[in-house]
Amino acid sequence: MKPLIRRVHTPAAPLLRLTWNGQPLQAYTGDTVLTALLTAGDHLRLTLGDGAPRAGFCLMGACQDCWVQTEGGQRLRACTTLAEDGMILVSAQPGALACR
Amino acid sequence: MPLNLSHPHRSTTGAAPHMVIVGAGPAGVRAAQTLLRHGVRPAVIDEAALPGGQIYRQGAVARASVRARYGFDWRRAQAIHAAGADLVARADYRAGTVVWNAAPGHLDLMRDGDADELPYTHLLLATGATDRVLPFAGWTLPGVFSLGGAQIALKGQHCLIGPRIVFAGSGPLLYLVAYQYARAGGQVQAVLDRSSLASQAGALPALMNQPGTLAKGLYYLGWLRAHGVPVYRAAQVEAALGAGRVESVRALIDGAPREIACDALAVGHGLRAETQLADLLDCAFDFDAAQRAWLPRRDADGRSSVAGVYLAGDGAGIGGAVLAELAGERAALAMLADHGVPVDMARVRALARRQTRWARFRRGLDRAFELPSGETPCDDEVIVCRCEEIRASAVRAAAREYVLDDLNRLKALTRVGMGLCQGRMCQAGAAELLASYRNVPLSQIGRLRSQAPVKPVALGSLGGTQS
Repeated sequence: MKPLIRRVHTPAAPLLRLTWNGQPLQAYTGDTVLTALLTAGDHLRLTLGDGAPRAGFCLMGACQDCWVQTEGGQRLRACTTLAEDGMILVSAQPGALACR
Repeated sequence: MPLNLSHPHRSTTGAAPHMVIVGAGPAGVRAAQTLLRHGVRPAVIDEAALPGGQIYRQGAVARASVRARYGFDWRRAQAIHAAGADLVARADYRAGTVVWNAAPGHLDLMRDGDADELPYTHLLLATGATDRVLPFAGWTLPGVFSLGGAQIALKGQHCLIGPRIVFAGSGPLLYLVAYQYARAGGQVQAVLDRSSLASQAGALPALMNQPGTLAKGLYYLGWLRAHGVPVYRAAQVEAALGAGRVESVRALIDGAPREIACDALAVGHGLRAETQLADLLDCAFDFDAAQRAWLPRRDADGRSSVAGVYLAGDGAGIGGAVLAELAGERAALAMLADHGVPVDMARVRALARRQTRWARFRRGLDRAFELPSGETPCDDEVIVCRCEEIRASAVRAAAREYVLDDLNRLKALTRVGMGLCQGRMCQAGAAELLASYRNVPLSQIGRLRSQAPVKPVALGSLGGTQS
């Protein structure tokens, strides 16, 4: 999959290891969760109504387009949350049902 | 204009004031610095990890030089960062903290899932702005970001939103961000400017109030042209196209439709003020025809219509970073004066003079980048409300069936503006659409009333604060 965003330079910062929907995900210290996810993939979640992919929009904590979840069900706004080593992230909880 | 000392805000109770500033951008930082200089230690609440606001945003880890991140404004950025570092050390600074409710005398805060209540006697709202984006087909596709968002990806994270990018919309940010992306190695496919050359030429006299700033804008444009970036005027994005992500942009250029291949689209039609807290506090609002928005009323010093509540920066109406610094300092001086602390009136007059000069320049910018209205063709299938996925057809159907001419009624009937963003992203578009469909002036259909929590908070976090 072609990542949605790309780095200008590889950061000279320690590596972080996370998982995303069960797959290993690499990030750098200082990355937001959004940067970590979109330098590897091309969306963050599917909408409940249309099932359409979303990947954030304002990147400043206003549009609420970039919510993801931890394995435990805690919701994170990806653009304003820093990635941490060992994070287990999912786009939705298993069993979450679309509205239509 | 001198401080109005007979204002009802004035109260010399002698009790220690609780001065609170919401926002640590240019306005909030200068206000905090002013209060600290007068021996008052304010609380400063900010959602970001470090002071600077969106314009002088500092990433958690600086990934590029200050010159690379802030361009010509790097000295201003550095000055704000230095004042910011001072307030981090000396004020009651609370980073990463959301103000989710404002009530007379106290704010409700949330940080990392922990709720807190903060009392105030004097409150300065320096809440800043977000992009104003009008809806078009495909604006919810991955790869479409707001102009400000595209700049944050670069400044904060040293990332580009795509290898091949189209920049579209209006406002001074358009050329700046396109230039910054090109300098950082982005392939800028086109700049699509909604405003016409005629409106920009007509604005020249007013823009000459700040020839240095005008020169910067012309430099960005000239640089882009010299590097072969196609810049189109009076060009309008019709759709972002692609399967699951942006693959091209369709635009109307010189009246003819044209498709431009790209991986990303950065779009913005100016900025919109974050006014929710002022609304929760029942500040009076007036309609601003130039900004096509309702803005909290303030006097020249920055006092709102509510005693003890002050306003500065883009959160009170878009003026830009320099005006925000001036207004932040001036509002802080008003807070001090209203509490009975002696302030230097010569300084207030000097600030007023500079504000007048910059405001003239700002009016020129507003004219050069005149905000587009709802005359955009917004087809029935275009999503207006991103959160709730409400389409233009639903807005028109409700307007027709219920003879709507009020935005809050539209919200109740269609859920437009009822989602997680509380209308931040859709209010401008929904209002323009409703006004244009009903053929009434924008000022006549009202504004969305704010509701707490103004940003999403987990219900579980609030359990411990019930009294």
